[in-house]
Amino acid sequence: MKQNSKEKLKEVFASIKMDAERRFREMKGDSSQNIFIGMATCGLASGATDVKAAFEEAFSEKGISARIIPVGCLGHCYAEPLVIIDRPGFPPILYHDVTPGKAKLLVKAFLEEDDPVFEHLLGAMEKNDLIPWIMDFARFNQEKRVVMANSGLLDPEDIYQYVAKGGYSALVKALTLEQEEIIHEIQDSGLRGRGGAGFLTHIKWQLVRDAKEKDKIVICNADEGDPGAYMDRTILESNPHQVIEGITISAYAVGAKKAIVYVRAEYPLAVKTTKKAIEQAKEIGLLGKGILGTDFDLDIAIFEGSGAFVCGEETALIQSIQGKRGMPQPRPPYPSQRGLWGKPTAVNNVKTMASIPPILNKGAQWYRGIGTERSPGTAIFSVVGNVLHAGLVEIPMGVTLRTLIFEICGGIPNQKSFKAVQIGGPSGGCLPGSSLDTPIDFDSLTQAGAMMGSGGMVVMDEDACMVDVARYFLDFTQKESCGKCTFCRIGTKHLLDVLERITRGKGRQGDIGLLEDLSLDIKAGSLCGLGKTAPNPVITTIKYFRDEYEAHIREKRCPAMMCRTLTAYYIDLDKCARGCDACVGSCPTESIFTTKNRKKGIDQTSCVKCGECMASCPPEYDAVRKVSPPELAPRIERPQETVTHG
Amino acid sequence: MKKKTPMDNTAEIEQEAMLHDIASILRTFVKEISNLIPILQMIQEKHHYLSPRALQMVAKHLKMSSSEVYGVATFYNQFRFYPPGKHQIKVCLGTACHVKGGDIILENFERKLEIKVGETTPDREFSIDRVACVGCCALAPVAIIDDTVNGHMAPSKVEGLILGFDIEKEREKREKQQSEAKQ
Ligand SMILES: Cc1cc2nc3c(=O)[nH]c(=O)nc-3n(C[C@H](O)[C@H](O)[C@H](O)COP(=O)(O)O)c2cc1C
Ligand code: SF4
Ligand code: SF4
Ligand code: FES
Ligand code: FES
Repeated sequence: MKQNSKEKLKEVFASIKMDAERRFREMKGDSSQNIFIGMATCGLASGATDVKAAFEEAFSEKGISARIIPVGCLGHCYAEPLVIIDRPGFPPILYHDVTPGKAKLLVKAFLEEDDPVFEHLLGAMEKNDLIPWIMDFARFNQEKRVVMANSGLLDPEDIYQYVAKGGYSALVKALTLEQEEIIHEIQDSGLRGRGGAGFLTHIKWQLVRDAKEKDKIVICNADEGDPGAYMDRTILESNPHQVIEGITISAYAVGAKKAIVYVRAEYPLAVKTTKKAIEQAKEIGLLGKGILGTDFDLDIAIFEGSGAFVCGEETALIQSIQGKRGMPQPRPPYPSQRGLWGKPTAVNNVKTMASIPPILNKGAQWYRGIGTERSPGTAIFSVVGNVLHAGLVEIPMGVTLRTLIFEICGGIPNQKSFKAVQIGGPSGGCLPGSSLDTPIDFDSLTQAGAMMGSGGMVVMDEDACMVDVARYFLDFTQKESCGKCTFCRIGTKHLLDVLERITRGKGRQGDIGLLEDLSLDIKAGSLCGLGKTAPNPVITTIKYFRDEYEAHIREKRCPAMMCRTLTAYYIDLDKCARGCDACVGSCPTESIFTTKNRKKGIDQTSCVKCGECMASCPPEYDAVRKVSPPELAPRIERPQETVTHG
Repeated sequence: MKKKTPMDNTAEIEQEAMLHDIASILRTFVKEISNLIPILQMIQEKHHYLSPRALQMVAKHLKMSSSEVYGVATFYNQFRFYPPGKHQIKVCLGTACHVKGGDIILENFERKLEIKVGETTPDREFSIDRVACVGCCALAPVAIIDDTVNGHMAPSKVEGLILGFDIEKEREKREKQQSEAKQ
């Protein structure tokens, strides 16, 4: 680019930035009190809307001037609804589990009487003498926020907030560079795709850029079909502009004029924030024709995916945009050679795209300084299941599973012990306690038998049955197989049938060997990653938890007491308190009856083993027992006269 | 021939109105195969399901065979082919919800409403579907009813939720009767 047009570009952006900063100052200035409320999916699910209404009501009642800023996900989903109050004289303070009642209390105590209410706060967002700084806690200080740096701290529907915080400056920088220079920078950073396989991003970009065809396309993959992961949608809900900026830079680097964000229609909020972000960027000249006064044009469209796991696979995704059934196609040709409408297409994951702006801003060397030699940068996981501080976590690659689960996420709740962690969703595997010192990076996880995959991480305690977990994932992949490959279609069904019979106590001698053989066949005979990785949950659970399979098959016993056919509940008559009927009302099937001596018994013929009675029995009696195999439950007959009809 | 009841009549009028609306939706789309999925999404968004007649109309508009359109529509989980209930219950069976007993929640809805997942009650009040991870695993197990996410579900909460709707329906009915009586 010529020197004078570089100058002009910077000038154009400088005026946008000035405008953004002015708005930001005004926002902070006209009311010096700001209330940030987390309103991404999980915030809304926890009642953030009512909390917002409670604040608004209290302000108007008391004539307080304060501004409410809806923000995205901070990653601390376990503590939602989260609220940050920023007012003069105090550091910004983060409050957890805020209810409408607490909101009113905070207005009265903190905003009116300057009492920050220590018992409800999580910490201060800045270092200070008064209130513990959040960075003193492991859940915060062991994270490294690159992609999620501004998640939960700005209004995703206000482009100016992103710009005021330094957003789109990487795009400006990119536009002053040659395409080759950008690709080089990405190469130096060592960035590997975050969509699962960890393919080097610069290689893909170079291929598309070098392709002879003139029209090129960039696709951002936000399909996120793993049934236990929600990072990509949350990033789009929380800071869509960082993704859009990454897409724009990528399009410039490969020479594309058209980009598509492929996001699930079932993620309405992510669709909405992304749409809005694209519109706003267009309005101020950061997208569309002649971006920032240069001759670079880019249109970004949204394609709403219709919910098929296999459509996350790049060739299937392209098929579905073309109006077809989302079936994977043999590669080569790779999408980078012949992709959407036959044009060279670069497909990258949301997190890959969002990593681009920080890399360009801070340099490849800075990025390489995070993470490990072969997996630079950060990893984002949704850590859920039996873990104390569930939510989204962004850590430098190389942190061990133990640190992530026990230090950062607080370990296992309810004094239970750790059993396994499932990583990578339906394509990944279950790792046992002995693997906890595995560092989290692309290669180590694959070596351990799991895989980075989508970034879903489900922690399981002693109550989880590994055979059932394998069955769960096979049930999923079996339904999601597109049906093109016989081994994937019929093989996964066969695997599922065997797993189901084992969990029902009908397992046969030799079933474990059968599962192993089938797994190998499916891996070998499948075209796409879905089939190739579908057996992973089975293979890893057999490898690490073989004794559980054996207990199911030989003793018809579920050691974790999770498989319902193999367990039973009963009431310990020595512990049951005469006259207490706390459990009776909790039973959805009216299976609890009163025995002759006014204690309670469970009718095994109608009990559906939901566990409600166990939860409702007062701890001082603790009379409900769960056993496996079910024959261990003493038989207590329902007395004839107490049977009630109607 | 069987005589038509007023009930049949309203259903027919509704059908006609829907097809009429679908025709006008179709007119806003260029006749390209790549518009197939967006068209199906738009129809479902407005009418909540894809009827056989609707699929035929789409096929005609895009000059495809009905079976091709049907093949694409059935491939994707998003599309449904029967009218949902007035209240749509979606039980999350994502991994986190499964580990925390999502299937037990689903069974409770099924038992309570006496329908299976994927079905609608005969009075068209409720339908039950399963979904995978709705993005609030920290609240697992989760069930969505209409647009409200209910976290930390328990079998005992199921009854209360449905009862709430029943009570509301009774009230509406009473109010309607009262206002009719006034007229
Ligand atoms: C069954 C299957 C599902 C996939 N799902 C996703 C997905 O949800 N999101 C994603 O980014 N990549 C997914 N991928 C990987 C994509 O095919 C592709 O490799 C990726 O989008 C490339 O982006 P990256 O280089 O940034 O990782 C999936 C692959 C397979 C085989
Ligand atoms: S491996 Fe399975 S999902 Fe992949 S193309 Fe073959 S049948 Fe379809
Ligand atoms: S486990 Fe559930 S169904 Fe069985 S007796 Fe207890 S509450 Fe009733
Ligand atoms: S979505 Fe709210 S903190 Fe995660
Ligand atoms: S698994 Fe149910 S919300 Fe994520």
